[in-house]
Amino acid sequence: MGKVNYFLTEEQKMIKELAQQITREKIIPIRAELDEKEEFPWSVMEALSQADLFALFVPEEYGGIGGGCMDICIALEELAYGCIAITTTYAATALGSYPILLYGTEEQKKHYLPHIATGEKLAAFGLTEVTAGSDAAAIKTTAVEDGDSWVINGSKQWITTGGEADVYTIIAMTDRHKGPRGASAFIVEKGDEGFSFGKKEKKMGLRASTTRELFFTNCRIPRDRLLGRRGLGFIIAMRTLDLARPGIGAMGVGLSQAALDEAVRHARQRYQFGQAIISFQAIQHMLADMATQIEASRALVYAIARTIDTGEKDIQKLSAMAKLFPTDTAMKVTVDAVQILGGYGYMKDYPVEKMMRDAKVLQIYEGTNQILRNIIGQYLNKEYS
Amino acid sequence: MRIVCCIKQVPATDSVRFDPEKGTLIREGIRAEINPYDLFALEMAVSLKEASSSGSSEVIALSMGPPQAEEAIKEAVSRGADRGYLLCDKRFAGSDTLATSYILSQAIAHIGGADLVVCGRQTTDGDTAQVGPGIAMRLNAPCATGVLDASVSDDGIIAMKRVVDDKIYRIKCALPMVITVEIGANTPRMPSLKGKMRAKKMDIPVLDADTIGADEGRIGLQGSPTRLSSTYVPEFRGRHEVIECPSDEAADRILSLLKDFGAI
Repeated sequence: MGKVNYFLTEEQKMIKELAQQITREKIIPIRAELDEKEEFPWSVMEALSQADLFALFVPEEYGGIGGGCMDICIALEELAYGCIAITTTYAATALGSYPILLYGTEEQKKHYLPHIATGEKLAAFGLTEVTAGSDAAAIKTTAVEDGDSWVINGSKQWITTGGEADVYTIIAMTDRHKGPRGASAFIVEKGDEGFSFGKKEKKMGLRASTTRELFFTNCRIPRDRLLGRRGLGFIIAMRTLDLARPGIGAMGVGLSQAALDEAVRHARQRYQFGQAIISFQAIQHMLADMATQIEASRALVYAIARTIDTGEKDIQKLSAMAKLFPTDTAMKVTVDAVQILGGYGYMKDYPVEKMMRDAKVLQIYEGTNQILRNIIGQYLNKEYS
Repeated sequence: MRIVCCIKQVPATDSVRFDPEKGTLIREGIRAEINPYDLFALEMAVSLKEASSSGSSEVIALSMGPPQAEEAIKEAVSRGADRGYLLCDKRFAGSDTLATSYILSQAIAHIGGADLVVCGRQTTDGDTAQVGPGIAMRLNAPCATGVLDASVSDDGIIAMKRVVDDKIYRIKCALPMVITVEIGANTPRMPSLKGKMRAKKMDIPVLDADTIGADEGRIGLQGSPTRLSSTYVPEFRGRHEVIECPSDEAADRILSLLKDFGAI
């Protein structure tokens, strides 16, 4: 049926099949209700944990499966086909785990990763603050050494799975006068003294995902919760985001594909002026652009994910591209899908209005698409110098 | 504890189409799946194994069907069964519930018997609910149908909750026995990636009529006295009456109707 052969391995086909099954059986039937009620997708988290999908990004020695970037992208694409709010909840645990995977000591890995691999504990990543978003170096949260502890003060804003997660990897300033080199990364656990959560944010889309503020009021944590070395905070944050961004691109691909499928199905069934509206060139051209851009997005994500899996270290520009194009595409495709469904598309009885509301966040979180263009542009300047 | 879970591969319920003229299912291009009722049975079998204090407990999936029914066994493994057997032989074709329960019971005896046989209450394609009790009779074991919940104690006593005509019964029985599991008894788990990988590498042994020592006269069409004369979707024939009048008159009318029915 004119499908691109992406030469998936047997294991990747299994991951795809499994994620498709979860989407079909566990996500699609409840997505509209969770969106409406802003309800956390615990039932899907349970299914993902039964399916070993939380084990996918954890190495085998810590109870995981040791999947690569491509494996995770396949899972995220298929889950996002159903709902990106639910998928974000899953992806956020991967994001919160990457700092431990990349920079954790053997003890830290042994302590945290096996519980994450089983899905028994969810994780979250905290960088953004009220005054520090794209300008991450402007963070104000501080961590001060005090005997055998670190004492953290400040707050983090818009933290995905905040409140529901058990393990938080956060960035705080340890030496303000050193600027960006004065930040460090820490592991904070739900229940730590002085660690609390703000109210659940109300959002335009992504409503089944929980977003909260994190508050640190003389939050005292043991000394061994420091990740990597003192001063590595921003490097840890950047490397974490570099690893996660192709996954956001993959979610854009899954979401776009779902919107296209809805649009084509509708255009074949909807009759106006005595014929199915897909017979009109105006509709055909929109669908053709959507389908072509989606396939280009998918090919880009897969190519870059596979490059990362070869062990390539210099991935910042590539992973920025892998998020940028598919998420801009997802926004465009979902807007067009609503347009093709017309009045139906605007109604909550059909899934495309939610897809359009949800798509917007993909261009904003894990690095706005403007920041990603900065990264790519700065790389080009460097590469041609 | 050794648990055998009998499963059947059926046409996927979301893709079934019916040929009204021939009165048969259109089987071409239909996705196959494990009978949805059997998923509740499998979940109960795997949960009982997990809860068992003996480390040597195992769940064996058993299915009779064409070669492609191997997929159903592999899916059972990906959902927590330890291993499985496929009963596949051209001579099994056309078996009704009588022959099928004979074949399954012969197979269970052949593989060394079971402490507990768990079946789904019925299948989506046959709907008879006869195979589970049929196996029990041939294994000379007690049977409980419509089981909602079960737990096995260390001394081999199984305590169950079963539903019969909307009433719940709590019963206990000494193993070995056969149970059939009610729909909605639990939430069947998802296949796991590790389980899928294990299933992919696994060889599923195929058992034929000779291996299980089946009597040829009791299997396939020969061993199946059931003849299907026709299939139809039953029409709803319930009587109903809409009472449209002021509420006190309506109440009197309802009262007299209930009296007529002997309900009060």
